[in-house]
Amino acid sequence: MYVAVKGGETAILNSYELLAADRRGDQDTPELTLAQIKGQMRLALARVMQEGSLYDEDLAALALKQASGDVTEAVFLLRAFRTTLPRLGYSLPLDTAAMRVRRRVSGTFKDVPGGQVLGPTPDYTQRLLDFGLTGSDSAPSPTLAEQPLPERLPCVLDVLGSEGLIEPERPADGDPAPKDLTREPLMFPADRATRLQNLARGDEGYLLGLAYSTQRGYAESHPFAGEIRMGEVAVTVCPEELGFEIEIGEVTLTECQMINQFAGSRTAPPQFTRGYGLSFGEGERKAMAMALVDRSLRAAELGEDVHAPAQQQEFVLYHTDNVEASGFVQHLKLPHYVDFQAELSLIRTLRKQFDAQQGDEA
Amino acid sequence: MTSITIPQRQHWMRILALTPPERLAEALAPALSAHPGHHWLRRPETGLVMLRGRAGGTGAQFNLGEASVTRASVSLAGQIGHAWVRGSNARHAELAALADALLQCPAHHADLMAGVIAPLEAELVERRATVSRAAAASKVEFFTMVRGE
Repeated sequence: MYVAVKGGETAILNSYELLAADRRGDQDTPELTLAQIKGQMRLALARVMQEGSLYDEDLAALALKQASGDVTEAVFLLRAFRTTLPRLGYSLPLDTAAMRVRRRVSGTFKDVPGGQVLGPTPDYTQRLLDFGLTGSDSAPSPTLAEQPLPERLPCVLDVLGSEGLIEPERPADGDPAPKDLTREPLMFPADRATRLQNLARGDEGYLLGLAYSTQRGYAESHPFAGEIRMGEVAVTVCPEELGFEIEIGEVTLTECQMINQFAGSRTAPPQFTRGYGLSFGEGERKAMAMALVDRSLRAAELGEDVHAPAQQQEFVLYHTDNVEASGFVQHLKLPHYVDFQAELSLIRTLRKQFDAQQGDEA
Repeated sequence: MTSITIPQRQHWMRILALTPPERLAEALAPALSAHPGHHWLRRPETGLVMLRGRAGGTGAQFNLGEASVTRASVSLAGQIGHAWVRGSNARHAELAALADALLQCPAHHADLMAGVIAPLEAELVERRATVSRAAAASKVEFFTMVRGE
């Protein structure tokens, strides 16, 4: 039996108005500008761009404003918008070794070539609320060193690489183009490039939890943060109409090279292995979590036991996407009136049978 | 007059792409007002470029995520100018395409290189040096404490 469910149109339209009014808040307070969000909420912006899988500060700021600061909703808005834009092509692989570094630290070598550069990090703050920020007149001006950093900071892992103590990282013959999950469905087993794309788009909180589980014992993981670097990287494309490569701008990226112990196998000598994380903007927590999960997903290829959730491709990769996850969890609040009527009548029948049985036994 | 080489064109296209659009508009204003009569072959169009990274920085390519990109092509003073710039600012792509066309004109090339591209490049270098000097100030200078003796 079908029951016509209509009406609610006016209620929905009025809910839009309420949403807009609550977004705006107290109208005696100045409205938030996109420039303010871009300038002062840069880490929220980076997360929206990374999980929304679209690097555009203006669109991400708009999405955050529209979503009243709900990052997952802003990610959804950005993902929806990107479907309206044509794909113009692929960039050349980003050269993170040529990054103009603003932060670079290593947890493995104190005297790393080029030095430890802390950059704009909260790591050494005491996490005390700063009541000096309650006003609106802060104007910090950072100290400038006499000399800028070298144009290229050497990669920390090259130190181990030169001794052959870490697995080399080279493309396969012919440097094949990777699969693109925005064009093809996720299939298993997924190769590393596909996994990295999935993890890059994945929810930071979910990856953080999985990464944490590997450290707590749910995987063979003995990680060290070999190198974390953050800064600007050139974007290069090769447009058809030109036929040569041009630099079209730059993006801020955070890269994490995780080093993991590896006892060796029948064919491979004992050495360090790698986990890799790369994230838009200043996304250090995301890049580190991604690197840990990248490594744990390599368990099978390295001949390690696969027993922990973070080592299981299907479990990990099917649940990283917060737009899908949020949609499926939240769809439960949409009308399920007919499904529920069926369940209700089933339970009533079973209950009647149960009660009758109890009566017989009494 | 020798013809323009690809590295020369790559050089100015890079500077045009890396200059903030407002600054570019200001720097190009005199040259553009002297050369009206352009014709758009492709009006500014914003689309996506998939950014690729490499596993471990040097290994297999993977798709990191997309970036918005705006491109435009123009015919001006007998030359065809192209531009691709990251972001969704249509005016930025227009200005860069117009400049690319003018810079290819033998009659204007030297003046524009000296009067527009060189100063914009100097500003870019200066901006970057300031950012890098601020980062350099947060470089850790370890010192060793000697015990005993």
